[in-house]
Amino acid sequence: MATALDVRDLSVRFDTQHGNVQAVDSVSFIIEEGETLGLVGESGSGKSVSSLAVMGLIPSPPGVVTADAILLGDRDLTSLNAEALRKVRGKEVAMVFQDPMTSLNPLLTVGRQLTEVLEVHEGLSQREAYQRAARGLGDVGIPAPEDRLAAYPHELSGGMRQRVMIAMALLCNPKVLIADEPSTALDVTIQAQILELMKELQERHGTAILLITHDLGVVAGMSDRVNVMYAGRIVETADTAPLFDAPCHPYTQGLLGSIPDLTGVAGEDLYSIPGQPPDLAELPPGCAFAPRCERARDECTAAVPATLEPAADRLSACLDAELLAREGGAR
Amino acid sequence: MAQANRERWDLGGTQMETLLTEVARFKGESLWQDAWRRLKANRASWWALVFLAVFGSVSILAPVLPLPSPTAIDLQIEPQPPVAPWTELGNDGYRREYWDLNALDEGLVSLRQSVFGDWQFSNWLGTDAKGRDILSRIIWGSRTSILVAIAATICSLLIGVSYGATSGFLGGRIDNLMMRIVDVLYSIPFIFVVIFLITIVNEYRTELEDNWGINREVVFYVVIGAIYWLTMARVVRGQVLSLRETEFVEAARVVGASSARIIFVHLVPNVLSIVIVYLTLTIPAVMLFEAFLSFLGLGIEPPKVSWGLLAVDGAEVINPVRIYWWLIVFPAAAMGSTLLALNVLGDGLRDALDPKLRGKD
Repeated sequence: MATALDVRDLSVRFDTQHGNVQAVDSVSFIIEEGETLGLVGESGSGKSVSSLAVMGLIPSPPGVVTADAILLGDRDLTSLNAEALRKVRGKEVAMVFQDPMTSLNPLLTVGRQLTEVLEVHEGLSQREAYQRAARGLGDVGIPAPEDRLAAYPHELSGGMRQRVMIAMALLCNPKVLIADEPSTALDVTIQAQILELMKELQERHGTAILLITHDLGVVAGMSDRVNVMYAGRIVETADTAPLFDAPCHPYTQGLLGSIPDLTGVAGEDLYSIPGQPPDLAELPPGCAFAPRCERARDECTAAVPATLEPAADRLSACLDAELLAREGGAR
Repeated sequence: MAQANRERWDLGGTQMETLLTEVARFKGESLWQDAWRRLKANRASWWALVFLAVFGSVSILAPVLPLPSPTAIDLQIEPQPPVAPWTELGNDGYRREYWDLNALDEGLVSLRQSVFGDWQFSNWLGTDAKGRDILSRIIWGSRTSILVAIAATICSLLIGVSYGATSGFLGGRIDNLMMRIVDVLYSIPFIFVVIFLITIVNEYRTELEDNWGINREVVFYVVIGAIYWLTMARVVRGQVLSLRETEFVEAARVVGASSARIIFVHLVPNVLSIVIVYLTLTIPAVMLFEAFLSFLGLGIEPPKVSWGLLAVDGAEVINPVRIYWWLIVFPAAAMGSTLLALNVLGDGLRDALDPKLRGKD
């Protein structure tokens, strides 16, 4: 299978008055065509910033983006100028946002906003564009799509709007779809529908999806591989099933442990990782997770731990990775 | 269709029904339609709008109405007092005397002559010292005043909105620079600028008119517009500054829309409600400014009439011996009621377009 997106050594820094904030630190990942890569982490761990950096949408100043390469197919996005990058956005890389309530322009009809993509990238006539848009709406399961084109966003429910956003993202058949918490703002039944829809469309079009979320349930259901991010770094990478079975990084362990369990005793405190995520402007030396880690020892704070390969096809940035892998395997 | 959809996406029965009922009650209502409904519900603004519409139509139709000529001079001893329409509706004393009208107005005046002949209204609102009919002068004067107001306001709108939106959208250093320029322009007393510009234009007026077709009035519109855009630019910039951080702008960027496209397709429609409200407040300000300049002799020149010139005529005859009240009361009433209506309408529009602001100032 061909590689859809290959990000190598991406770093994003924001130079602010309060110091330099290293939002993303040497992040690399690969998404194959038709594959879903989950990007998991707490708020502020750099998930969204990495995706915006891929799109070339980090405002500069204050943002400083460096990367060895961001390969989309065989083209390096880092070598493109602003205008060329603009032509890639929406056509080859599309994005779905978290909050469908605010990501549509309240003053333009749904049809007008859908056709904008086609106008910008394909120069279709109005008539053709509207037909394509109607088909796009039909594909995301909106009934009577022709009528809906005349609707304003405030006339649609949240789930409907998210469908519109997905339709908009997929109109030009992009190679990569970045879904930034696509289901977070929706209620649970709609969440399931939207995720199901994304899966179905992915199968039909072979789109690669970068799924950004902090909902481990969504990741388990949707993605083929998972990257766990903490404080701007990827701390663990693995296929979904092995990751859930045997996490090889204490942070991943903590995340999985924090999921409330239906078998728990009523009134008992839920597990949470002790401490707070670090201030990105003043990262602790060595492993950023060390201050909150039960296994932390002097070595951990001496230098940033190297990325180890504790088992086949998985990576972990923890000194105890192999130990954790064995423990997990034994369990 | 419904059946096909149901099979295709395999939606449960009730789920599909809910969706279909949502479709059924569905008829797009834009924010504008919504605002229009709210405006109609506001009685004061509605009557202000009706008043302005009636006044505007009368003003546009002035050439075809059987009004006496606004410039036909009849030298008498003193201004004639108003004649009530019920004592004398009209007479046959019409004389076709105007300043250089454009082709359309000439045609309309000919139409009036073929319909009404020499019949005209009596001097319902009296005459001035030169025997010119006040009613006719007010209505013809309103054409000038309204035209100046609209042209200058559109001019300020175009400059102000594009400048403000660009500045707010680009942000950072460019925004800072652009806004400092506005600050500097603000600090220049603009009455001097106007006097300066109009004096210069007077110097080269024949040249400008022959070579470029620019007459003094066009310059007048542009000069006023070029002064009134400053506040508009600030208002728009402030709005855009908060709007550009919204997700739909981010979404437009993600789709690959260019900056110009984002500004004019996504941002400008979103600030229009505030711009429109501000417009209804700019128009009266410009009208007053025109009257003021004409009063000083810098604006519209006789034999043309404008409300400012009528005020000059009125002010001239105020003396302790005998007050010809109709010379000042009627023009002032016309101007005052128009300005009041515009302000009331502006207030109503603000409430209609932005319900969140209702009752606040």
